Amino acid sequence: MDAILLQVLNGLDKGGAYALIALGLTLVFGTLGVVNFAHGALFMMGAFVAVSVQNLLTISMKVRDTSITFFEAYKETPYLEVWFGDVGTTIIDYSVPISILIAIPIMLLIGLAMERGLIRHFYKRDHADQILVTFGLAIVLQEIIKANFGANPIPQSAPDIVAGSAAVGALIGAEGIVYPWWRLIYLAFSLVVIGGVFAFLQFTTFGMVVRAGMYDRTMVGLLGINIERRFTIVFGLAAVVAGLAGVMYTPILPPDYHMGMDFLVLSFVVVVVGGMGSLGGAVAAGFLLGILQSFFSMNEVKEILPGIDQIIIYLVAVAILLIRPRGLMGKD
Amino acid sequence: MSTDNEKFGTLSRRGFMKASAATAAAVAAPTILTSTAHAYVNEPKGGTVTLGFNVPQTGAYADEGADELRAYKLAVKHLNGEGDGGMLNTMTNCVLKGNGVNGKKVAYVTGDTQTKSDAARASAKRMIEKDGAVMITGGSSSGVAIAVQGLCQEAGVIFMAGLTHSNDTTGKDRKKNGFRHFFNTEMSGAALAPILKKEFGTDRTAYHLTADYSWGWSQEGSIKKYTESMGWKTAAAVRTPLGAGDFSQYITPVLNSGADVLVLNHYGKDMVNSLTQAVQFGLRDKQVNGKDFQIVVPLFSRLMAQGAGENIKGIYGSTNWNWSLTDEGSKAFVKSFGAEYGFPPSQAAHTCYVQTLLYANACQMAGTFNPCGVIDALEGFKFDGMGNGPTEYRAADHQCFKDVLVVKGNENPSSQFDLLKIVEVTPRAQVEYAPDMADVAGELGACNPGA
Repeated sequence: MDAILLQVLNGLDKGGAYALIALGLTLVFGTLGVVNFAHGALFMMGAFVAVSVQNLLTISMKVRDTSITFFEAYKETPYLEVWFGDVGTTIIDYSVPISILIAIPIMLLIGLAMERGLIRHFYKRDHADQILVTFGLAIVLQEIIKANFGANPIPQSAPDIVAGSAAVGALIGAEGIVYPWWRLIYLAFSLVVIGGVFAFLQFTTFGMVVRAGMYDRTMVGLLGINIERRFTIVFGLAAVVAGLAGVMYTPILPPDYHMGMDFLVLSFVVVVVGGMGSLGGAVAAGFLLGILQSFFSMNEVKEILPGIDQIIIYLVAVAILLIRPRGLMGKD
Repeated sequence: MSTDNEKFGTLSRRGFMKASAATAAAVAAPTILTSTAHAYVNEPKGGTVTLGFNVPQTGAYADEGADELRAYKLAVKHLNGEGDGGMLNTMTNCVLKGNGVNGKKVAYVTGDTQTKSDAARASAKRMIEKDGAVMITGGSSSGVAIAVQGLCQEAGVIFMAGLTHSNDTTGKDRKKNGFRHFFNTEMSGAALAPILKKEFGTDRTAYHLTADYSWGWSQEGSIKKYTESMGWKTAAAVRTPLGAGDFSQYITPVLNSGADVLVLNHYGKDMVNSLTQAVQFGLRDKQVNGKDFQIVVPLFSRLMAQGAGENIKGIYGSTNWNWSLTDEGSKAFVKSFGAEYGFPPSQAAHTCYVQTLLYANACQMAGTFNPCGVIDALEGFKFDGMGNGPTEYRAADHQCFKDVLVVKGNENPSSQFDLLKIVEVTPRAQVEYAPDMADVAGELGACNPGA
């Protein structure tokens, strides 16, 4: 029983991450009609905003280790700690939450630059062309990050206060169940962001125009509304969502230049299962696939079907495409 | 009749191709006609001999590959008499003079394995066929090493393995043309078990998470064998896909499994991720069966340990070599490498550097680059002064036998490179096994000079 509860939590937590990435992807497809293979790279760029912020905060005073003569080795103490003592340590401890605030404007700018500088030239081209150009862009962004930060993962930590595990089981009388605080925060964060994006599209005039544009772009244009500009902003918004997902993910997965590509394939499966362009579908499929993946990774299941955990997501995608080609919530 | 026709057709086509090849050779390179026939593939004819360095230059192991390449370039410098000579000054039974090998200057070409077997084979093939490499070396994965070793055996060149830790490389997939200096999972198991027994006792239940490929299976098998023989139980051994990223769905079942030790048979990025996540799940703060829960990472890499940050501290594992060793050979290598690049070499760099020197030395001893002569020189070759104490290239399986380092994540590092603390140097006798032992038995086959 405990094991099942743990896997439900795990599935929700995974699902939150999938949904968050897929949300931006499907938002861009639904509005701009562009299949953005660079979306994973935006996730990765977000994570590297966190890395950069941490690097800035931990610029260190270097004390040479004189026992080593063949090369220069240092014991590093961040200046923030030297100057401000415990306050400095606390600031460094909170580098991930601080990165969130910094990532919002940076990712918005990156998103707008990407759309204005490159993607808009490909609106009227084939999906194949869009895929090629965005995939190429993703590789360029990856290589830039690799050239500057190397290929190895770079550790990031959650603030000490939430670095451990929460005894969530105590709430329901199952003492043995603990779950990492940061993962619970990630789940809550993804729910808030998803809710925020939905509310923005549902309850604001801007959102209404965007939704109208998704439905019939030409008609909205004929009404004298500059739908292009709104779609550009939507692209920026998608970049921010992907970037924040990346920042928040760094304590779970030490970021490296390739992390975006690792998530890209999965998020495309999520979008396809949910239905291309359907926001609700992406979110539902994200959680569904997260939970399925967790359950099929249980040892009891793997004993009967070895290796099923590695293919379950793709099996579901194949089944959905065969039975319901438009996806769970996609429109014909 | 039809058979005759086919035969005729085949013969005539082959004859035509032979004639064209001969004409092309005659036109393009008249010297080829004056030289003697090749005794072996890629026999160097000019003043240089070409080595092929096949390392991951892209992909998850690019940093490790870059370090291997640095080591190779340093080795080439030393072989050609440039720089301070590094381990050439400390290696015993060394016949190299720092004036090249067999009177030829050492040159090299490089390839990118991408840590993918097919890409690695393609780049090795290119270096052998196009660039005339007489030896291929490098790599950062057992899957790649086994694939490239097979190719080199077929092509008739020597393969000096880089970082590969699976028993299979010199076990069931051993090849006459292939040699490995790096240690293997059997040795890791034999070296680690006594330390685990001393630190954690004999009444323990282990849970394995294992990378689902050759190396992972090999490591899981070795650690299970040695821990079970000292009384540990194994709760479960779960295979995880390579590059899974998020391992949480495999870690949650550990929490209630009754296990009190988690063995992470993961390397590189997988190790960094699974360890980071296991710590987040509170495993290191947990008490099970009245004992503190422990995590073990049987194969450590300093480069990768950086990625795990704080989480690696206090965790036990094993490694082939570490820059902090103070023997003359290690000091000489760290000094040359440090002076050249400004930071210490990794264990991958060390094994690649040593392999290059050992190969060159064998060629010099044999007086030829002919793989069969080189193999004779390397088989049973005993040496010291290269950072691992007295070492022998065992003739029966082409595996180096030497001391193994048991290490622990350093809890109080004195610098950014001081990540691993050496707990014990396990003597060679304790990690040696019979070449025909179950699980590692294999056939070397015959040497292949390729021509």
